[in-house]
Amino acid sequence: MVATWLIIVIIAVIVLFVVYIYNSLIKLRVRVKNAWAQIDVQLKRRYDLIPNLVSAVKGYMKHEKGVLEEVTKARTSLMSGSTKEKAKASNQITDALKSIFAVAENYPNLKANENFMQLQEELSGTESKIAYARQFYNDSVMAFNEGIQVFPKNFFAKIFGFHQEDFFGAEEKEKKNVKVEF
Amino acid sequence: MGIYEEIAWNKRKSYLLIFLFMVFVILIGFIVGFFYGSTYFGIGLALIIGIIYFLISYYGGASAILTMTKAKEATKPKYTHLINTVEGLAIAAGLSKPPKVYVIEDTALNAFATGRDPEHSAITVTTGLLDKLDRLELEGVIAHEMSHIKNFDIRVMMLAAVMVGMTVLLSDFLLRSFLWGRRGRSRDSGQLSIIFILVGIALAILAPLVGEAIKLAISRKREYLADASGALLTRYPKGLADALKKIKEDPDPLVDHANKATAHLFISTPFRKSKKSFMKNLFSTHPPINDRIKKLEGM
Repeated sequence: MVATWLIIVIIAVIVLFVVYIYNSLIKLRVRVKNAWAQIDVQLKRRYDLIPNLVSAVKGYMKHEKGVLEEVTKARTSLMSGSTKEKAKASNQITDALKSIFAVAENYPNLKANENFMQLQEELSGTESKIAYARQFYNDSVMAFNEGIQVFPKNFFAKIFGFHQEDFFGAEEKEKKNVKVEF
Repeated sequence: MGIYEEIAWNKRKSYLLIFLFMVFVILIGFIVGFFYGSTYFGIGLALIIGIIYFLISYYGGASAILTMTKAKEATKPKYTHLINTVEGLAIAAGLSKPPKVYVIEDTALNAFATGRDPEHSAITVTTGLLDKLDRLELEGVIAHEMSHIKNFDIRVMMLAAVMVGMTVLLSDFLLRSFLWGRRGRSRDSGQLSIIFILVGIALAILAPLVGEAIKLAISRKREYLADASGALLTRYPKGLADALKKIKEDPDPLVDHANKATAHLFISTPFRKSKKSFMKNLFSTHPPINDRIKKLEGM
């Protein structure tokens, strides 16, 4: 009789243990998904702000068509694609925006314009938020990837089908360009 | 120590301090109860008073403080950058909702956070701070305040304040019970009773002081923790270090409407600076600024 009870208790403990591991992995993954959604929110905000910027700037910067086109093109490729593709598009927009604001330095009338200054502040704030959202996303991904690789969680992770997530990182192209020549 | 180690270490110490506190309170409840004839009664009374006290300060606390300091809600377009900074750091901290933003009109450089949990929180900043700090330094300060919210420091401090309040109340009870010579159905010999009385009196006098010192120790630990967590949010400890340097140089740290009750919430003591001494340190709500700067620069 004692033997049967013992077996039941052992099975119960094992079940609880597995449930605990499963739940902790789920929590980590949910945090990753939420963090990604937050990046999306900020990317969308930037997406929405850009047309305002382009129209505010167009009147003043009549001869800078190239820079404006760059930003509009990068914007359209932003809203679809995988994590890696979105990261690439986002970095392209950051660069294009930097160009616009750098060029705007040559137009004092534009710089003094209230509307432009507000937009500049909002876009700058949004760029910061994108950076922070990326940071939090990468932190969450790190916690999750670590969670499914440590022992003994790695067994259960394989069984339940948890796979490592991608980091939202620097462009592949940027990484390749670092060559040291002597 | 690295940032992560700092955070883990501080969290452990805080919990230990709170635990010691609770032991203290129960001990006093026990002794009071002993003299009124029932230790269970003593402990029960202590807990009931504590809970009522706690509920009142917990739910009423934040709005009372904001009113006392005459803080006004910050709006765009005047405070666009400040609001964006707070929202950005809330995202970095993984908060579901950014704290509300308030501003105090005062030339002193200071800031504080209120709110029992991230859903009901607020960060307040003086106009002096906004004028004197650059963007990186402001981010450092906001990240520090955001960390207080994220680490539930405000709730911890409220808890600690309640403990101290209860300790004072109960010590009062204890002293009164000796003065009026009321004892329970005691079967003790005369000598034992005298020993108990002496111990009781010593406890009654020391308890509030020790309680206050423990609360301030918790407060100081939490400040270090907020510094470390804030650095983790910005990945740039120098921002806050530079801000603290500027705050240190502030000739007039006095925030007009601050008082002893709200002092521990500010990022830097809102009272006039005085020379460093052991006793001053023991009863100060904040660690010495130079130590904080040193720790940040060493991260």
